[in-house]
Amino acid sequence: MEDLVLQTVSLLASTVRLAVPLILCALAGLFAERSGVVDIGLEGKMLAGAFAAASVAFWLQSAWAGLAAAMLVSIAFALVHGFACITHRGNQVVAGMALNVLAVGLTAVLAFAWFQEGGKTPALADAARFRPLQLPFAAEIGAVPVIGTIYVRLLSGHNALVYLTAALVPVVAFVVFRTRFGLRLRAVGENPHAVDTAGISVARLRYEAMLASGALCGIAGAYLSTAQSAAFLREMTAGKGFLALAALIFGKWMPIPTLFACLIFAFADALQGRLQGVELPGIGEVPVQALQALPYLLTLLLLAGFVGKANAPRASGIPYSKEK
Amino acid sequence: MKNTALALGFAAALFAAPAFAQTAPAILFDVGGKFDRSFNQAAFEGAERFKRETGQQYAEFEIRNTAEREQAIRNLARRGASVVVAVGFSNRAAVETVAKEFPDVKFTLIDSVVNLPNVQSITFREHEGSFLVGMAAAMASKTAKVGFVGGMDIPLIRKFAKGYEEGAKHVNPQIEVIQNMTGTTPAAFADPTRGGELARGQFDRGVDVVYAAAGATGLGVYQAAKDANRFAIGVDSNQNHLHPGTMLTSMIKRVDVAVYNAMSDARKGTWKAGATSLGLKEEGVGYAIDTNNRALVTADMERRINEARDAIIAGRLQVTDITAQR
Repeated sequence: MEDLVLQTVSLLASTVRLAVPLILCALAGLFAERSGVVDIGLEGKMLAGAFAAASVAFWLQSAWAGLAAAMLVSIAFALVHGFACITHRGNQVVAGMALNVLAVGLTAVLAFAWFQEGGKTPALADAARFRPLQLPFAAEIGAVPVIGTIYVRLLSGHNALVYLTAALVPVVAFVVFRTRFGLRLRAVGENPHAVDTAGISVARLRYEAMLASGALCGIAGAYLSTAQSAAFLREMTAGKGFLALAALIFGKWMPIPTLFACLIFAFADALQGRLQGVELPGIGEVPVQALQALPYLLTLLLLAGFVGKANAPRASGIPYSKEK
Repeated sequence: MKNTALALGFAAALFAAPAFAQTAPAILFDVGGKFDRSFNQAAFEGAERFKRETGQQYAEFEIRNTAEREQAIRNLARRGASVVVAVGFSNRAAVETVAKEFPDVKFTLIDSVVNLPNVQSITFREHEGSFLVGMAAAMASKTAKVGFVGGMDIPLIRKFAKGYEEGAKHVNPQIEVIQNMTGTTPAAFADPTRGGELARGQFDRGVDVVYAAAGATGLGVYQAAKDANRFAIGVDSNQNHLHPGTMLTSMIKRVDVAVYNAMSDARKGTWKAGATSLGLKEEGVGYAIDTNNRALVTADMERRINEARDAIIAGRLQVTDITAQR
């Protein structure tokens, strides 16, 4: 019994660790897309952030300095995206894709030039990383069966960025649905002409959304390179930005459903690692290939069967100009 | 006009052969990259040693995706390399194709076998080395649970896993060996984040020694072991220095020696085609003891491992090679 609880809790804790970058990126995408900018560049911003975080954390031996650098670099990328498709009304998808390609190339070249480790950054010491934190009373509550296991292994023992992410989800929900900025943000993604007529700058609102998107992607990048791992590696984002985009669509551009979409993807990912080589009752040992297809299979099934029609913000993807 | 001239000059520079002598060897690294601190890096060190000792440059190519293999090998062959060393089992099909096109060029393939008159195939008996580190893992484990994280799910990696499992069970027949594979594509050798997560999952299930045979993915496994204060076992290169104190040992595979020998034999004219298998007997595989892990491997552990090594060399102890059973 206790063993079953332990296994379940450990699976869920793994889910949480894997979900964090997806959640942050999906929230970033939520800001951008709600404002009417299709953000296919999440992947690139996260990668650039991961590289900045690992480099600065290594030079200054501080994880927090790395985080700040990641956010700044990622915001700079977001502003380039904004400059191309808000100011100059370029195609948003093409600009976003260009950012992704730029990030892959630039991080590898700079990492090679600065550190000479073949596109990696040097391994970080503990002081330069976000290390697991123990919540108060972990030792006392840990002695209690079941509840103690859940508290110590699932709720406690994550790093600061995990708790920050958990706090950010309700904050984003509040900002988007309960504040004046959020109302305008949603309006500019649905009907920018109406917003413009009301005397509010469409470009400014969209730039503000890009700032938020950049900052969140930066945190996701820092999480990858300074919390989950201890160095930057070439293309370490491995498609998480695109998975986050899928989660955003799956979650219908709403913060809480998007959170659950991210958790489902991460759960499938965590599960496949645990099921490898395990004899399932009635089925026997499932081949690794089948298990590793699990997250994608699940995505397809859910998107096809349970989501229904996903209505994107109406003006999403369309550059705004007053004339039309 | 000026632009056209510039463009032409640029194009010419792109297609010009790099400045190396006709007899220089060439090497092609696999997806993990030559700084993976493991398999490819061992190959890189072999090539560097050749360069140091002979003063001769070598041509190199690091592939980024599978589609580039054949093209890259063909280019190296066309430029008249003295020998084209292809590192990694994934190059088998590409080497076979290109070797037929260039019957006068010598090819050395590492980790797989191609039977052609101009191809030298070097494989390692990784199961023998893995057996020894499996013994070390079982002797160091307090929970009687040891773990294995493989890269891509292929017979070659299963061979590491099987040898490791047999070694662990040789010490303790009741021991539990938990295995994970990182993926089903070559990218599984370059995904440390996932490697770390798989290792954490094993630690939660009680594993206290984990062996990674996964190229750069292993870096994530070793980091996770250090974070959780468990033991990890390196692979291919001596990786003991990565995290002194938690790296129990490394299963060394002398890819460096294989690459060095291929290059220097081609230079001396003693290169021979055919298949060679390197194991404990030829010192092609082994386990690493150095100042970084001296304190972790007790004299008793070392004695038992060395006894098993001698028994395997003498043929008194059989380790299963799953790739031979197919």
